[in-house]
Amino acid sequence: MEYAHATGTLSGIWLLVAIPLASAAVLLLLGKRADKWGHWLGVLAVAASFVLGLVFFISLAGLDADKRSAELSMWDFISVGGLHVDFGILFDPLSGVFVLLITGVGSLIHLYAVGYMEHDPGRRKFFGYFNLFVAAMLLLVLGNNYVMLYFGWEGVGLASYLLISFWYNRPSAATAGKKAFLMNRVGDAGLAVGIFLMFATLGTTQYQEVFNGLGSLSATTVLVLGILLLLGAAGKSGQFPLQAWLPDAMEGPTPVSALIHAATMVTAGVYLIARSNYIFSANSTLQIIVVSVGALTLLMGCIIGAAKDDIKRVLAWSTVSQIGYMFLGVGLGGGAYALAIIHLLAHGFFKANMFLGAGSVMHGMHDQVDIRRFGGLSKYMRWTWLTFMMGWLAIIGIFPFSGFFSKDPIIEAAYSRDDWTAWLFGTLALIGAALTAFYMTRLFVLTFHGPERYTEENKHPHESPFIMTIPLMLLALGSIVAGYLLSTSIPDWLEPVTGSGEGEPVMAKWLITTLTLALSIGGALFAWSLFRRGTALQEQPAGVVVTAARRNLYTDAFNEAVFERPGIYLTRALVYLDNKGIDGIVNGIAAGIGGSSGRLRRLQTGFVRSYALSMLTGAVLVVGAFLAIQLGWLA
Amino acid sequence: MEPLKLPAIDYVALAPMLILFGVACVGIVVEGLVPRSSRHPVQLGLAFLGIIAAFVMVIVSHGKRLVTIGGAVAVDGPTLFLQGAILVLGAVSLMLIGERSIEKGGAFVSQAAITVGSQKDLRQASQQPGATEVYPLTIFALGGMLLFVSANDLLTMFVALEVFSLPLYLLCALARRRRLLSQEAALKYFLLGSYASAFFLFGVALIYGFSGGIRLSDVHAGVANPKQSEVLLYAGIALLAIGLLFKAALAPFHVWTPDVYQGAPTPITALMAACTKVAAFGALLRILYVAFEGVRWDFQPVLGVVAVLTMLVGAVLAVTQTDMKRLLAYSSIANAGYLMVGVLALNKEGLSSTMFYLVAYGFSVLAAFGIVTLVRDADGEATHLSRWAGLGRKSPLFAATFTFILLAFAGIPLTSGFTSKFAVFGAAVEGGQTWLVIFGVITSMLIAFPYLRVVVMLWLSEPGESTPTVSIPGFLTSAALAIGVIATLALGVVPGPLIDLTQDAAQFVR
Repeated sequence: MEYAHATGTLSGIWLLVAIPLASAAVLLLLGKRADKWGHWLGVLAVAASFVLGLVFFISLAGLDADKRSAELSMWDFISVGGLHVDFGILFDPLSGVFVLLITGVGSLIHLYAVGYMEHDPGRRKFFGYFNLFVAAMLLLVLGNNYVMLYFGWEGVGLASYLLISFWYNRPSAATAGKKAFLMNRVGDAGLAVGIFLMFATLGTTQYQEVFNGLGSLSATTVLVLGILLLLGAAGKSGQFPLQAWLPDAMEGPTPVSALIHAATMVTAGVYLIARSNYIFSANSTLQIIVVSVGALTLLMGCIIGAAKDDIKRVLAWSTVSQIGYMFLGVGLGGGAYALAIIHLLAHGFFKANMFLGAGSVMHGMHDQVDIRRFGGLSKYMRWTWLTFMMGWLAIIGIFPFSGFFSKDPIIEAAYSRDDWTAWLFGTLALIGAALTAFYMTRLFVLTFHGPERYTEENKHPHESPFIMTIPLMLLALGSIVAGYLLSTSIPDWLEPVTGSGEGEPVMAKWLITTLTLALSIGGALFAWSLFRRGTALQEQPAGVVVTAARRNLYTDAFNEAVFERPGIYLTRALVYLDNKGIDGIVNGIAAGIGGSSGRLRRLQTGFVRSYALSMLTGAVLVVGAFLAIQLGWLA
Repeated sequence: MEPLKLPAIDYVALAPMLILFGVACVGIVVEGLVPRSSRHPVQLGLAFLGIIAAFVMVIVSHGKRLVTIGGAVAVDGPTLFLQGAILVLGAVSLMLIGERSIEKGGAFVSQAAITVGSQKDLRQASQQPGATEVYPLTIFALGGMLLFVSANDLLTMFVALEVFSLPLYLLCALARRRRLLSQEAALKYFLLGSYASAFFLFGVALIYGFSGGIRLSDVHAGVANPKQSEVLLYAGIALLAIGLLFKAALAPFHVWTPDVYQGAPTPITALMAACTKVAAFGALLRILYVAFEGVRWDFQPVLGVVAVLTMLVGAVLAVTQTDMKRLLAYSSIANAGYLMVGVLALNKEGLSSTMFYLVAYGFSVLAAFGIVTLVRDADGEATHLSRWAGLGRKSPLFAATFTFILLAFAGIPLTSGFTSKFAVFGAAVEGGQTWLVIFGVITSMLIAFPYLRVVVMLWLSEPGESTPTVSIPGFLTSAALAIGVIATLALGVVPGPLIDLTQDAAQFVR
C-alpha cells in the first residue's frame, strides 16, 4: 500500500488542526480581554474547520479510488540513528470521516455550550480548553505515523483531564479527574511501549512502512504489538479492564461529556484499531481478544447501566456498552471494520443528542441528575423530549432510526464468524441489544413520562433557550437519517483503507434482523410496563445481580484491591526507605517552614548519618553486584 | 639523568578552561581592588565576558579531535558539545544568580558562617548586599565542569570533580532566607560529597592496580588484556561509578538531592540541576564508553537496575512532595534515570540522545527554578505547594509559563520533554535495552501526575488569603525565563538541528 502526496486544494489540510489551535491560544493567552467575544471565536474556529473539512472531503472524493489519500510531510521531526519521524499529516477516507464527525458534531456542541455555560465565569477558559481538545483530536486522526497519533492522544488526554476537573470546587470532580488520568495513563503506557516495539522491530513508525513491513514480523511480535495497542485503545475508549474512569468523567460540564466522553475522544480507541487494521487482521488470536473485550464490555455496560439512577451515568455506561459494539466490529475484521465505523459515526450523533438532551433537562431542573426525581417532563420540555426520543429510538435500534442500520449489521457480522464462536458472540451481541432497549427505555420513561417526582427546589421545570435546542434538533435529525445514509455509502468509501469481505451468517439474515427487532421491542415494552408508573424515590434493597450492578460489578473494588492498595503501599515503603526511620518529610517540611533550631539540629545529624548509611548500603550492593557478575562469569 | 620532557600542549583546545580559571582569579582580585558599591556590575560583566570568550573558543575548536597535555585532556566531539552546553546553561544560570531586583541585595548573603539568628546575621540578611564572591565561585565551578567532561585520565577527573564541587558547597550556604536550612544543605552536600569522592578515589586506585595506568586508553587496553585479577577491575568500576552516580543524583545515591536543592539559594539549585547534571553525565559517558567499553555487557545490567530504581524513586516520591523545590528535586532524580537509559544504550545514538537530553532538560529546569524565585511572600520564596494554588488567576502569564515547563517535564508532545525522552528511549531500543524503555515509559506516565496536579492547582483553584505574589522579574531573570521557555518549545517542535549537531559530535577520541 502507498499513500499519495497531497496536491492542489488538499495541500492545505494542516489548516484543519491549525485553526482551532490558534483559537485556543488566543482564548487562553488573551485572558479576560477575550471574555466578551471569546466563546464566539471558539465556535467559529470549529465551524471553520468543519467547512474546510467538507471542502477537503469533497476534493478527496474527486480522486480515483486507488489514489484516494493525501499525505503531507511538514518537516522532519526527530531523526536519531535509524529512527526517523515525520511531522506529517494524512488525509484519507478514514481520517476524512473522523474529521467531519469531530468538527461537525463539535460545532453543534460548541454552539450549545454558548448557552449552557452562559452563567459560568470561566466560560472563555472553557472554550479555550474545548478548542484545544478539538485541535488535539484532529491531530490524532490526521497524523501519518504513530508518533503523531500519540501527540494527539496525549493532547486529548490532557484536555479531557482539564475539562473533567473544570468544576474544581466539587471534590468528586477532582477525584474523577484523577481517576481518568491514571487509568488513561495505563493505556497510554501500552501505546507508547507499542510504538517503541514497532520501532525496535520495524525501525519506523510511519503507517505506510509499518503496514508494509508487517510480513517480516513473527506471529508473537504481532500479537504483543497488537495487545499493546489494544491496551492503549481500551484505556482511551473505556473498555474492559480500563472502563471505570469513563462514568466518573461525567463530573465535567455536560457539553464535555457529550463531545469528549461520548462522541469523539472515547472513540479514539476504535480509530486506532481501525487504522491499524493490517496489524489486527494479521493475527487471529489478536482478533479473538479484541472481540472478547468488546463483547464483555458491551454486556457489562448494559448491566451496570440498568442499575444506575444518575442520568449522565446511565448514558455513560451506555457509551461504554456501545463502544463495546464497535470493538466487537473492529475485532471481527474484514468488512466489519466499516460497520464499526458506521456505528461509531451514528453513535456520535445520537449519543451527543442524548447527552445534550440530558444537559437541557439538568438546565431546566437546577442541575438535578437523579432520574428518580424526574418524571412527566415531556409536558414542560417539548423540544428536549422530542429530540431525546429520536436518540432513544436510534440507540435501541428501531427501524428506520440510525441505530437499526448500524447495530444490526454488527450483530449479523458476529454471527458470521466461521466457527462455533459465531454463536457465542452473535448471541452476546443480541442479548446486549435487548438489555440496551431495557435500560434506555427505563431512562426515557422515568425522565419524561409517568408521575412528577420533583424535589422542592425543582417545582418549575422549563425548556432551554433556542441556542441549546437548535443543536438538539440538528442532532436529532442526524439520529434519524444518519444510519441509513452511512450504511449505504461508508463501506465503499472505506474499502481502500479497511478492506472488505463478509462471511455468511449461521442463520438467515432476515431471522437475525427480526430477532434483534423483536428482542429490542420486547426489552423496551418490559421497561415501559415496569416504570410507567414511576419508581421508588430511594434505593431499594435488591438481589445479588442488581446490587452487583450498582457496585459497577465490583470492578472498582477489584481495581482498588489489585492496583490502588499496592500502589499506596509501594509509595509508603519508598517514602519510608528514603527517610530511613525518620519521619523525614514531615520534619523536613516543618523545619523548612521555620521550625525551631533545636529540632533542625536533631534533624540534621540524623539525616546525614542515615544518608551516609543508605549510600554505603547502595555502594555495597553495587560493588557486590559487579563482583557477583564477575564470579558468574568465571564459573 | 634524562632531561625533563615537556608534554605537547594545544592551548587553543584548552582555552575555554584557561579563560574561565583566569577570569575567576581576576574576579578574586577584583574583590580586593574595586570598591564595594561597584563590585556587583563589574563582577557580573566579567563573568559574562569570560563565559562568552570561553564559548567562542569552544566554537573555534570545532572539529578538533585530539588528546593533549600529556594525555590528561581529550578534546573531541562530546567534549566540545558538552562544554558548549555547560557554558550556555551556565550563562543562563548566571542571569538568575546576578538578579538583584527581586530581592534587595540579591539572593545571597555576604558571610555564610555567622551564627544563624544572631543580630549580625539578621542584619546581613535584611540589609546588607550579597557577596559578589559568588561570581568567581560560579566561574570556578563552571571551569571545573569543563575540565570534568574533557578529563582523559582518572586523576584529572578527580581533580576536576573537586574543583567544581567545592565552590558549589560554598554557594549552597549563602541563601539570604532560611539561613539554617541553607547552612545545613551546604554541610550535608559537603559531607556526603566528600564521602562519594572517597569512593571515587578508591576506585581510581583499584583501576590503577588493575591496568597499571590511569589514562582512559590505558584502562581500555588493560580491560582488553587483563594482567591482574578482575576483582580489581569490577570493584574499581563499581566504586568509580558510585562517585559519579552521586553527582548525577542516581538512586540509591540520590538522598542528598532534595535537601540540598531545597536549602540552597534557588539560582544555585538551578545551576546544579542544569550544569552539574551535564558535567556528571559527561564524565560518566566518557568513562563508560571509552575506558570500560570492553566490559559493557557486565556493567550494563547493574547500572540498568540503578536506572530503573532511580526512575521509580523519582517518580513515586515526586507524588508525595509538598514543596515545589523538593518536587523539582525528585523530578531531577527521575530525569537522571531517563538519562541513564540513554547512556546504557551504549551506542552512538545513546551518546547523542543523552547529550540532547542534557541540553533540553537543562533549559527547562533553569526556567522552572527561575519561576520559583519569583513566587514570594514576606518570608522570601513561598515554595510550599499549597501556596501556589490559584496563581493562574493572579498572574496568568507566569502561571502559563510554568504550566508549559511542567508539561515539558511531563513529556507532553511538542515540548522538548517529549522529544528528548523519545530520543533516549529510541536509542535504548536500538541498543537492545527494551526493558529499560518499558520502565521508562511507565514511570514517565506516573510522574506526569504530580506535574499535572500542580497545573490544575495553578489554574483551577481559588487563590487563598495567603497566596503569595509573583514578583516582577528584572531584566536578567526575564531573559533567563524567555531563553528557557523558547528553547523548550523550539527543541520540542524542531529538534532536528540540535539532534544533528549531537550526532556529528557523538564520537569519543581515545
